Amino acid sequence: MRLWKDFVNGLWSENPTFRLNIGLCPVLAVTTTAIDGLSMGLATTFVLICSSALISLLKKIIPDKVRIPAYIIVIATFVTIVDLVMHAYLPDIHSVLGLFIPLIVVNCTVLGRAEAFAAKNGVLRSTVDGLGSGVGFTWALVLLGSLREILGKGSLFGMSFVQDGATTLGVMGLPPGAFITLGILMAVMNMVAARQKKRAS
Amino acid sequence: MTLFTILLSAILVNNFVLVRFLGICPFMGVSKQVGSAIGMGLATTFVMVVAAALTWVIQWFILEPFGLPFLQSMSFILVIAAMVQLVEMFLHKTSPALYRAMGIFLPLITTNCAILGFAIMAVQNSYNFIETVIFGLGAGLGFTLALVLMAGIREDLEFADIPKPLRGVGIAFILAGLLSLAFGGFSGLV
Repeated sequence: MRLWKDFVNGLWSENPTFRLNIGLCPVLAVTTTAIDGLSMGLATTFVLICSSALISLLKKIIPDKVRIPAYIIVIATFVTIVDLVMHAYLPDIHSVLGLFIPLIVVNCTVLGRAEAFAAKNGVLRSTVDGLGSGVGFTWALVLLGSLREILGKGSLFGMSFVQDGATTLGVMGLPPGAFITLGILMAVMNMVAARQKKRAS
Repeated sequence: MTLFTILLSAILVNNFVLVRFLGICPFMGVSKQVGSAIGMGLATTFVMVVAAALTWVIQWFILEPFGLPFLQSMSFILVIAAMVQLVEMFLHKTSPALYRAMGIFLPLITTNCAILGFAIMAVQNSYNFIETVIFGLGAGLGFTLALVLMAGIREDLEFADIPKPLRGVGIAFILAGLLSLAFGGFSGLV
């Protein structure tokens, strides 16, 4: 029951993207299509789960003063693994995500979960917390990616549903589209949260 | 001429924040007042220029000759973290006033993905030493420009009547989108 709570926490009430507003660079940069968003989300989820588990195992060994550099090294190790594996087995996706795979190292979500949760809790709970945050991050990326793909290319997950040569909102695939779509989505999520709060009280 | 092109491209055409989406967190977090935006921008620029020199040396004198490029992100982030720590201690000793003014923003420079991002990009473009440093300077100045522009607009928005759900990050992202559209006008300049 407590584990379930740790998992659900990352999905909504501590969703990194919509509620905590951290780790936003990849959210904007690699959501041109739904597939890109999904693969970035899964790569980050893997790093989150592994680093949360390992950091919670090592929490008694790591001296308090050097904990941040130590966490960064642990995270960087798993990011390097993801980078090399994707380069070898998924070269297409690797070339699309490009720079943003090594940049998972500096994604505040990963370091944030390590510092706020894994450093204080047991292995199992930390792993589940990492999984929850990862899935929360992934659904945000997939949602934004789907919206931008539908509006910008007239397709979803690569399946086109408009005639060839139809006019689409090309700007959605460009940087301004990413900023504006995310801004509007943030407002929608704030509305949902406010309504939820009202109902609870 | 090429050096000037690299500088101009990093500041305007491929602005790190508005076109390449690097360093969004400090861009959203520290853009509420022009004063702190300038301080943050300049500190980041300084770290970027020094990090440019150091990461170039590490990449081409240590990682490449010994066949260790897979340690790139790990060694770069360590160098950046150590350097930010150094800058912090240096400022603390020499100019306590500036140190206090920067406060929490100083340690946070480490997790600014624009710094690690530009270092990796410089390696991918196989820039030489001078080009890497100029690229770092341009990236830093571009970051500062975006931050200061955004802070200026947000200061004016203070008294605007914004719908409640849009307040805070929502309107900031829409503003960033409009700024990004404007920066789109620079494409084709270089």
